[in-house]
Amino acid sequence: MDALLFMIFAAIAVICGINLVVQTHPISSALSLVGVMGALAALYLLLGGEFIAAAQLVVYAGAIMVLFVFVIMLLNAGTEKKMVVRPLGKYLGAPFLLIFFGMIAYMIQRILPASSPVVFGAFQGGTAEGIGRSLFTVYLLPFEVTSVLILIAILGAIVLARKEVD
Amino acid sequence: MNFYLLSLIKTAIVVGIFMHVLAYLQWIERKVIAHVQLRVGPRRVGPHGLLQPLADVIKLVTKEDILPSHVNKVFYFLAPFIAVTFALISISVIPFGPIITVGGVRTAMQLTDLNIGVLFIFGISGLGVYGVALAGWASNNKYALMGGLRSSAQMISYELPMALALAAPLLILNTLSLREIANGQAGFYLGFIPRWSIFQMPFPQIFSFILFLIAGFAETNRVPFDLPEAENELVAGFHVEYASMKFASFFMAEYANMVTVSCVATLLFLGGWHPIFPEKYGSGLIPVAIFAGSALLCFFHAANPARPFDRITLPVFGLLFLGAAGLFLLPPVQFILLPLFWFSAKVLIILFVFIWVRATLPRFRYDQLMRFAWTFMFPVALINLFITALLVALFP
Repeated sequence: MDALLFMIFAAIAVICGINLVVQTHPISSALSLVGVMGALAALYLLLGGEFIAAAQLVVYAGAIMVLFVFVIMLLNAGTEKKMVVRPLGKYLGAPFLLIFFGMIAYMIQRILPASSPVVFGAFQGGTAEGIGRSLFTVYLLPFEVTSVLILIAILGAIVLARKEVD
Repeated sequence: MNFYLLSLIKTAIVVGIFMHVLAYLQWIERKVIAHVQLRVGPRRVGPHGLLQPLADVIKLVTKEDILPSHVNKVFYFLAPFIAVTFALISISVIPFGPIITVGGVRTAMQLTDLNIGVLFIFGISGLGVYGVALAGWASNNKYALMGGLRSSAQMISYELPMALALAAPLLILNTLSLREIANGQAGFYLGFIPRWSIFQMPFPQIFSFILFLIAGFAETNRVPFDLPEAENELVAGFHVEYASMKFASFFMAEYANMVTVSCVATLLFLGGWHPIFPEKYGSGLIPVAIFAGSALLCFFHAANPARPFDRITLPVFGLLFLGAAGLFLLPPVQFILLPLFWFSAKVLIILFVFIWVRATLPRFRYDQLMRFAWTFMFPVALINLFITALLVALFP
């Protein structure tokens, strides 16, 4: 059951990811990205990361992507134009893609025997309590440094936005 | 009993009741607004207009489904689906009562208890905005687009104070599971003050409750924050190009969101299904008194009818109310009905406030709405959270 659900959501994530690149209209691409985020949230949930799954939904799918869609709608961005395909890319693209996939397959195959497969339900530290405990004990310094970094970024955004007004 | 069978039965019960509540909420809304405005409201279809929701559903289903020629078809069809789906999912984690044993089967009066329940509801309701935004954009109509844009900006802005207001009681209750949140508010101070979040020490969450309700009005696009569909500015806003069942989906989504916000407010701030004063002082008799009182009122008005029809209908309703009062006195069903009564009473009171506000307040202007969110709600919610955190840390 877990493996089946994993397959389904992984497939959704990959299909949405491909769709994101293939679509020419920005809104379609943005919504495909929302699909990727949603599928990723389901995958986190399957792996036992409940809090991360919820945060993924709230922050990425619910807030950041809404902002993306909002900006696309506000700027009224139209369908993007297809670029002319150069003959070099047309004939060399497919072989290079095959070589690339081959290399990835080879690397995965080399790594695979060394790593053990994931057991669904084995990881128990993904609750809000577990995440909070590790954030404020083991990872306290990185956590604080990240929050300062975000604060600086917010201040920078405000300064940049101010300049443009006057 | 089999887990799947039990879940199926519970889902059928919850969905059945939920759909009827959504349909009749509209009847209640029309009746309440009518009485605020000194009218009688719907009363043509069925006794006292009670079959009006059924008539509305038949009307909406059989209306011509217009597909405007200039719309983006995929998203035009997708938008109502998104809106109504994400509005209806949240009910699955709401607990309506304690864990009960019926006929040897022990089960919770809830579909599922997630240990991230609050975050789940918050995440799901955040996704509902795509329905409104996409509807506005895909309609390819300037009014609809304005509505969609306003709605996305409004929902992003009001989600912040809403989250901050939600965080404060969670600090006191120390859990994210909705069942444990309700259970954390059981009991009484000094024997009679309920330990609901709005009264709970060290810092009563009354400010969070008010902030949450205001943000809830904005999140559900209700008056005075119904800018996305402001009739006199945008015709009907984001759903101006929608007809028939697709329009009804948006309508249903709005009412489902209202019910969800009311349920969350009840669970987080008003103690869920826990009574307002202890059982030993007779809180179990309150529903009996209310229903018996309603029955007496019906009989009185049947004896002095304002309209000739009342002579027939009101005694029937009186008998129904008496029957309901009798049910609350029967021990075999009392333990199921009492928590349900307290839960639905609180939810209905909050829903009544929603309707009451709609009948009373005028609409905000758009810049006022945004300024209110960012310069008043957000700082107040932040200060409230800070004080709560400080007091929780000082008096654990």
